[in-house]
Amino acid sequence: MAFDKMELRDIEVWDGNFAAAQALRQAQVDVVAAYPITPSTPIVEGYAKFKSDNYVEGEFVMVESEHAAMSGCIGAAAAGGRVATATSSQGFALMVETLYQAAGMRLPIVLNVVNRALAAPLNVNGDHSDMYLGRDSGWIQFDAYCPQEAYDLNFIAFKVSEDHDVRIPAVVNQDGFMTSHTAQGVHTLTDDDAYGFVGTYKPMNDMLDFEHPVTHGVQTEEDWHFEHKARQHNDMMTIVPGKIEEAFAAFEKLTGRKYNKVECYDMDDADVAVVCMGTSVETAREVAKEMREEGIKAGVVGIRVLRPFPFFEIAKALKDVKAVAALDRSAPGGAAGMLFNEIAGSLFNTDSKMLLSGYIYGLGGRDLTKAHLVDLYKELQANADAGKVLTKQQQFIGVRGPKLAYL
Amino acid sequence: MANTGWDEFEIGAMLRSFDGKIDDIAGTLQEDRAYSPNNSFVASVADWRIEKPVFNKDFCIDCQFCWIYCPDISIISRDKKMIGIDMDHCKGCGICVEVCPTNPKSLLMFPEQADEETELANWPAKDEEN
Repeated sequence: MAFDKMELRDIEVWDGNFAAAQALRQAQVDVVAAYPITPSTPIVEGYAKFKSDNYVEGEFVMVESEHAAMSGCIGAAAAGGRVATATSSQGFALMVETLYQAAGMRLPIVLNVVNRALAAPLNVNGDHSDMYLGRDSGWIQFDAYCPQEAYDLNFIAFKVSEDHDVRIPAVVNQDGFMTSHTAQGVHTLTDDDAYGFVGTYKPMNDMLDFEHPVTHGVQTEEDWHFEHKARQHNDMMTIVPGKIEEAFAAFEKLTGRKYNKVECYDMDDADVAVVCMGTSVETAREVAKEMREEGIKAGVVGIRVLRPFPFFEIAKALKDVKAVAALDRSAPGGAAGMLFNEIAGSLFNTDSKMLLSGYIYGLGGRDLTKAHLVDLYKELQANADAGKVLTKQQQFIGVRGPKLAYL
Repeated sequence: MANTGWDEFEIGAMLRSFDGKIDDIAGTLQEDRAYSPNNSFVASVADWRIEKPVFNKDFCIDCQFCWIYCPDISIISRDKKMIGIDMDHCKGCGICVEVCPTNPKSLLMFPEQADEETELANWPAKDEEN
């Protein structure tokens, strides 16, 4: 059955959700098993509409929950098809069990996570709680800061995930509403270029190969489980980083848009830097430029690949910086923030004298304003001047009531 | 297998039922298939069983109910004739006995240690009331 191609303008005005849906269409995903949840629903809705309008040749499977959605994706991926879906927040939480299954079974699946807070209290707005919940699930994790990147990173995710040396599922994160529902200009690829980049799906150990029957999802106990998990981690640490670099390079060649595992903005001579993810990166970039006009050498580091964590790239980016702020948009639940810990770990056994302080911000969609970041950069500069962290190592930004600071 | 290192597995939680390519597997009886050592067909789980079914062919009408209902494919039937039970894989669930329609039943459950010859010799008579 033939499908129709879509004529796109060079620049379309798309929000993050529609950009991701267009990427799923252009990658000609075979199976989307999905269950709706705000704010990610328009991604799978978009794919479903493309399918019913004959712009994609595939199957849309309506299921009873997100647990079933990812289970359907796992089955389809094991059967031997290109598979994707999308979710957020509570739906992601319900999916978590099956996320570990997908990674352990080494099935390439692309999951768009439109980041949203986790209840309680119930909240549909953006923070990174769901992203953090899945960080140890064994998936490759990309982070988009805007609709353009949500579009681009989907193609990159398919290419890396489906590589036969990789076969590890990949998440593409984007901020709920701030990215998913904010329309911006998106530079498009033609259908042929996009599909050419991702490539025709090449099955491996697929259940539909009846001449080579396989059992997927077997049981092991203390005798073999550890070896399987060791292999998973080894491949994440040794194979995936290079494959991501290759995909980034190939994508730059095709589009001119260059991605890096760690994105550095104004970092060449920075004395103070903010490390963050999602739309906050764009806000921080704007503020850093303004701080430079006030004589503060401010820079921004954005995490593009959260897993495998860019340990050495972070160390390289921050080694000569005097004071760094780790911005975590997830309730830390009785610990330092995840980024604080990862950054500290990356720099600990080095000669760096970087002063690190952690900030919890933006929970449940609370705005991170430019004024917050101006204060933050000034605080970092004061730390740099004093040669020590003058505040507590963990502070909350933008919450009402007495100042919250710990550690 | 015992010394297989983490780097010697095929990736994924996956096992192959056969080593290499197969042909017309649907047309090949289980006992004639060259299963790999990883296939559960070659592993006995008989010790999971506490009670066992005993088959009495004198009363069997070859209706195939037990063959259809057995959840472990442990009823062996050839050319629509009930031959016996695969005692390496039967878990002793008793479903075959429940669905057996003959009077007396052609399958009955006994303790695992019971002697089959003795039980067949003492098989219950037809229940005239039902």
